[in-house]
Parts: sequence; structure tokens; C-alpha cells
Amino acid sequence: MSQRQLTGSRIRQHRLDRQLQQSDLARAAGISGSYLNLIEHNRRRIGGKLLQDIARALGIDVTLLAEGAERGRIEDLRGAAAALPGAEAELGRAEEFAGRFPGWSTLIALQSAEIARLERQVDALSDRLAHDPQLATSLHAVISTVTSIRSTASILAGAEELDRDWQRRFHNNINEDSLRLADSARALVDFLEAPAEARQGPRSPAEELEAFLAALGHHLAALEGTEPALRPDEVARTAPGIDSPGGMALAEAHFRRYREDALRMPLSEFARAARACNYDPSVLGRHFDARPDAVLRRLAALPEADDHPELGLAICDAAGAITFQRPVAGFSLPRNAACCPLWPLFEALTSPGRPVLRQAALPGDPSAQFVCYAFAAPRGATGFGQAPVIEATMLVRPDPAPLSDAGLRVGSTCRLCPRPVCPARREASILTAS
Amino acid sequence: MGRRVLLIEDEPNIIEAISFILSRDGWTVHTHTDGVTAMDKIARTPPDLIILDVMLPGRSGYDILRDLRANPATADLPVMMLTARGQTKDRELAERLGVTRFMTKPFSNAEVIENVRALAGA
Repeated sequence: MSQRQLTGSRIRQHRLDRQLQQSDLARAAGISGSYLNLIEHNRRRIGGKLLQDIARALGIDVTLLAEGAERGRIEDLRGAAAALPGAEAELGRAEEFAGRFPGWSTLIALQSAEIARLERQVDALSDRLAHDPQLATSLHAVISTVTSIRSTASILAGAEELDRDWQRRFHNNINEDSLRLADSARALVDFLEAPAEARQGPRSPAEELEAFLAALGHHLAALEGTEPALRPDEVARTAPGIDSPGGMALAEAHFRRYREDALRMPLSEFARAARACNYDPSVLGRHFDARPDAVLRRLAALPEADDHPELGLAICDAAGAITFQRPVAGFSLPRNAACCPLWPLFEALTSPGRPVLRQAALPGDPSAQFVCYAFAAPRGATGFGQAPVIEATMLVRPDPAPLSDAGLRVGSTCRLCPRPVCPARREASILTAS
Repeated sequence: MGRRVLLIEDEPNIIEAISFILSRDGWTVHTHTDGVTAMDKIARTPPDLIILDVMLPGRSGYDILRDLRANPATADLPVMMLTARGQTKDRELAERLGVTRFMTKPFSNAEVIENVRALAGA
């Protein structure tokens, strides 16, 4: 069953959730009950105004019914299947499963994410056990004390006679060592009990920052205006959920750059200009005399509440590692796996200073198509004789226009990409294999 | 006077126990507890062999071993290292730096005497 056909299933599910009769919804949407019945059983295609009318009658956003609404969830399901290939999940029926059982799909996706989080936690704890200086000190104290006790006790228990002074000294030493051993053992137990209390487990600094920004819609009102409410370092120090030193350092650097962008492109003027030019980064760059990557970042930081289009952002370093991203529906680059190298983000890396504009489409879903603006440039100042630290920035905007011949057929990662022929493929897909 | 052992170790009760068993075995035992001044002590009182703890205040046993091997006067001096860490990488590091013997804590008195006698005969 294709994803296109599942819009009807979604309508039916939302209607049943609201305990509406089919005839009531049909009347509210201005169609006959029998026609709605055909739609709900995916026997009539639906879109445009009628879909909007049904969404309005259901009291939900039309995007919840439109094609691709489960795209992110389907990707999550495929990711869960890729993590456990031995389960032999029916990959070809992921879309049908997500459409028919949205609750179970969410459960699987959340459990998969939780497993990944726990695996990271186990790695971090293993690393801690191997390298933690506190643990090393405690263990060293225990072993040294045991060594002393063993050696001294052997002397006292030995066959050779000891004079009284030596006996007294060694008895005192064993007594001292036993007290030290008790303290060292207690310190060791305290250390080993600590991880159990830290239930949340470690997140990476980038995850801390992105979770904080996602909660704010990636817009930091506290850093806007000529006299912002807080300094970037104050925002970093007080940001809920950013607790690790690495997270705070990363956040402060991010917020400083945000503030620089905000100063160069003040919010109200930028928002007005962006609307006027339909969010064209080239026009905005000229208007504000700003570098393209700064404009892309600023566009992705427009407040969601002001009805701006949904814009995604990705930043990578010169090695192609994703260092920051703002996902949007259908667009999310894998952080812990190698990305599809066809994204314009990586093309920009090959020619720093040259703006790249491309259409890009993900496989399988016509609505997962974007216009991408990418630009690579040195980060920070570069001195003579120093190699520049290059990073690339890419803004993506959903694009309903037909994919042109020059448009890019991209994917997320090779393992989850079903394209049968791709010059950039580095490993087989689990989807085509099935 | 018997042959001289220099014990470089910072745990006083280990020093006392090892000093006792080696003295009883006929060795003249000198002791030192600080990593920074250990090389001065060796220069002032050249021993026949050294028992060297890895974790010392100021400077590690590895650093001292590196200096010993770099100095022609002590390059061939037998050195037995004591460590609470018996991991392969620690042993490999000590061997790369030129250790003669490597003992992991906790050890028995018999092992200490056996190894010291073996080193003296080497």
C-alpha cells in the first residue's frame, strides 16, 4: 500500500478518535457520506481544498492528514529495523504499519531511541570506569593498603620469631591499614553507587544544545534587540538542560554567533525584508551586507509564531560531521552515521565561498522535496600561515515544484535509501535487500 | 655490609614491611618516598638495584625509569617496578622504558625476596 493511499486511513483514524459519525464529518466537509467512505478506505485520492475542508471539520492542521505526515515516523521505524536486522521486520510495510497503527509506531520509535540513549550511556559509563581519576585513586588506595596488610601479616604469621618492638610496630601498622582500607572501600562504594542515581544518563553536548533550542523553536528572544535581556554566556549558564561543561561551552559559542547575527540583521527589519523577498537568502545578503551563511542561520532562527515558512538548517565541519541541525518534516540528517554525500551541504564544502542552490528530493515521498541553499566558509578569523577551519551551512525549505532535471536525488544514509542506482552509494541498503 | 637496595615507595607501611623482610634476608635497604628528588638520592647513594613504585608524589616511576636509562651510569641498573595496575599497557610501557622486572600489587613477601635475589644474580 503506498503512502499516497493512506491519507484516507488517517482521516478515518482522526474521525474515530473524535467519535464522529462518518455522515457528520461528510456533512461538515460538504460531501456525501458514501464519497467520504470511499476516501476513508483509500479508494479515492484526495488533496487540495477538500482535504483542507475535512481537516477544518476535524479541527486539526491539514499537515496531519497530508501525504508524508508519517514520514519522520517511517524513517524512525526503518532506523529501528536497521538497528536490529535479526528481527527481520517487514520493511516494505513500514508505511502501512505507521498509517494503521500510529500509537504502536510511536512506541517502537521511542523504544528504539531509548535503546540508543541507553547504549550511549553504557559507553559513557564504561569509559568512566576505564578512565575516571576518582575511581583510579580509590582502587590504588585499596590495593596499596591490601599489599601492606598482606606483607605485614605474613611477617607476623611467619615462623621466625620477632622481638616485641617489631611485633608492636607491625600490629599498629595493620590496625592503621585496616582503618585506611575501610575508608577506601567506602569511597569506592560511593563512587560505584553514583551512576545509579544519575538516571537521566549523559547526553552529548550537541544533544543538550539542540534539545534546548528545539524547545524554543530555535529562536532566542533573550538575545534579540539592541539591548538584549541576557548576554550569551548568561543564557548558556542558565539554559535548562544544558548542564555539562561541554554543553555550556558549545552553547556559549552558538549563542555568541546568534547575537552577532542578530546585531547585523535586526529581527523586525529582517523578518519584514524576508517576507518581501520570499525568504531569498541572496536578496537578504545584499540588503544586510551579510555573508550567506549568516543569512541562512538567521532565517532558521525566525520565530515560529510569526507564520514564517518552516526552514531547516544543517551545519557540518570539513570532515562532513554534522555539528548542528534544525530538523523539519522530512529533513533530518543522521548524526551518528554517514550522511548521503549528495546533499548540497557537502558540495559547498568542495568550493568554499561559492553559494550553492539546488533542489533535492528524498526517495519515496513526493512531498519530501526541498530547495537547498548551501555555503561554506572559514569559521572565525584565520591568521597567515594557519589553515582555515572550514564549515558548511545549509538551509532547506520545503519545495512543492516538480523536481528539475538538475535536481538532486538524495537520501538520508545508504542503509536506509532504497534508490537502486546511485553513484554515491557506499553500502547496500537494507530496504532493497528486503 | 650487604648489597644495597633502594626502595622508592610512598606508602610508609609497605616501606616498613619490605625493608624488614629484605634486611632480614641480608640486604642493606635505603628508602626514598618522593619522585622529584629520587634521582638525587640515587646519585648520592648508588644502589645495586632499585625497587620503584609507579605512583609517586611529584613524578611517576615511569619518569624516573626513563631518566635512569638515559644516564650511562645507571642505564644497566636492575629496576623492579611495583604497581597496583597490572594492565597489559602498563606492563608494556614499563618494558619499553627498560624495566628489568615488573610486580603487581598485592604481592607476597616470598615473591619480593625471590625477585630481588634473581635480579642481584642477573
